[in-house]
Amino acid sequence: MSGHPTYQPQSAFMRWMERRLPIGGLIYSSFVVYPVPRNLNYWWTFGGILAFMLGAQIVTGVVLAMHYTPQVDFAFNSVEQIMRDVNYGWLLRYLHSNGASMFFLAAYIHMFRGMYYGSYKEPREVLWILGVILLLLMIMTGFMGYVLPWGQMSFWAATVITNLFSAIPLLGESIVSWLWGGFAVGNPTLNRFYSLHYLLPFVIVGVVGLHIWALHVAGQNNPAGIEPKTEQDTVAFTPYATIKDSFLLAVFCILFAWFVFYIPNFLGHPDNYIPANPAVTPMHIVPEWYYLPFYAILRAIPNKLLGVMALGASILILAFLPWLDTSKVRSARYRPLYRQFFWVFVIVCVGLGWLGSKPPEGNYVLIARIFTVYYFAFFLVILPVLGKVERTKPLPNSIAESVLAEGKPIGAPAPPPAGAKV
Amino acid sequence: MTTMSSAEPTRRDFLYIATASVAGIGAAATLVPLIAQMNPDASTIAAGAPIEVDLAPIADGQVIKVFWRGKPIYVNHRTKKQIEEAVNVDVAKLPDPQPDSARVKSGHDQWQVLIAICTHLGCIPIAHQGPYDGYFCPCHGSVYDTSGRIRQGPAPLNLALPPYEFLSDTKIRIG
Repeated sequence: MSGHPTYQPQSAFMRWMERRLPIGGLIYSSFVVYPVPRNLNYWWTFGGILAFMLGAQIVTGVVLAMHYTPQVDFAFNSVEQIMRDVNYGWLLRYLHSNGASMFFLAAYIHMFRGMYYGSYKEPREVLWILGVILLLLMIMTGFMGYVLPWGQMSFWAATVITNLFSAIPLLGESIVSWLWGGFAVGNPTLNRFYSLHYLLPFVIVGVVGLHIWALHVAGQNNPAGIEPKTEQDTVAFTPYATIKDSFLLAVFCILFAWFVFYIPNFLGHPDNYIPANPAVTPMHIVPEWYYLPFYAILRAIPNKLLGVMALGASILILAFLPWLDTSKVRSARYRPLYRQFFWVFVIVCVGLGWLGSKPPEGNYVLIARIFTVYYFAFFLVILPVLGKVERTKPLPNSIAESVLAEGKPIGAPAPPPAGAKV
Repeated sequence: MTTMSSAEPTRRDFLYIATASVAGIGAAATLVPLIAQMNPDASTIAAGAPIEVDLAPIADGQVIKVFWRGKPIYVNHRTKKQIEEAVNVDVAKLPDPQPDSARVKSGHDQWQVLIAICTHLGCIPIAHQGPYDGYFCPCHGSVYDTSGRIRQGPAPLNLALPPYEFLSDTKIRIG
């Protein structure tokens, strides 16, 4: 990483600042001259998109918090007041609720990219694990945020998810009443969820800082999965990655705006427009779409404790991915057999999501169980075995070669055969 | 990045400027709802609608306190003595010169409607107190007369008047 230019402040003020708190230099070296592989494709823009969505959720969230009342008798109405009375309140609310969906969409794409191209492999294991931690924090934050409007789904999702902890032997019931702050989900629960929902996004910001730090230490992975060797293999972050990120961010925001302005309630559940009623459980309790695959795994196991453990394991197993995958080749581009299992995995994840929205009856149960078996088998059986037995395609000699010469060797041509005319 | 120096603006220059302009407009547009949401919302504005006060139950010499837009308002049924004391004053010598006639509605000079917020730092002055039997602010000792005008103490201005009108001899609308 040495050799790229250092920050030369142009103005007297920046020279003064640079000596005292070198933020200018940090931004310059991290986001302007920082070298990135020249063959990055658009799947690499989702990190930047996620950073933008985190900022958007924090901004809209802080502003919504100015009008929300976290008390069981007022919460639902305060949200309705935001929708009807607060200037642009409808917009801020829909931005925040649909923003959460977009946040998870980007996160899942970002993770699938990592799995396809082997971005979790050495030396990026810690980067990957920080990402798993970020996913966990996002799941917690999203869950607590959904409780705040205090609709039917808010209340009953809170009841179901907090009740998961009662599966823990011996301590389960105490843990649940500790979480609730009472004998059931109620006002203490709402208050503490509000506090933590405000807090966790800033914890996420901190972990994102670590995540980007870990990334910059190892450097980006790239679609070929081979490390940059020379300066020819990389380009400066600004303007290349900056513009690529900005472009796909704009496209992403078009999708975001489509939901917010045309179909703002499409991803939500209509039952959440009914004020919470502790006496009546809705016919079909379902979480938001981004939790559905995990929900399907939970319901697929007929035993309470094992179901909860499977739910936890389905997320935690991701942290072990760098060691479960034994292949020396990073990118699925050069792993034809892995590629097929990967796409089946993607279909299984989407399928589990769809099954999570269905009532747990009949054939849905059978298919959910089959998919759950594949989900775990992918990590515990397929990946370890594949690394040993798969015949991978030959890797290119360098990134530059794979981009500029389309696989043909670059560099000095072979010497002419003996006897040929020069 | 290659730099091109040329006398003619290029397509690239146009694209840069166009993109930056659209981004700038977008950024400004994004700020609008974020800032506007802090303005009073529709329910707060509705709660600030004018109120009607019935004057009939207010006895001679009695002061009542009502609220409008979150501010306390004194409705004072002044006695004849109080009205005389308010009128017989050398206006030029007052710290904030204002004749009593400018502080009441003509034909209704026994009714005084004031915003009960001391013009010094905002405490509520107490009615029927102080050397002029007007208002006295306990926080820093400002003294107002029977017309609500500042006489002594740190307050710079007379007590403010809310917008109000007489709907009949016994009813006013404040706001």
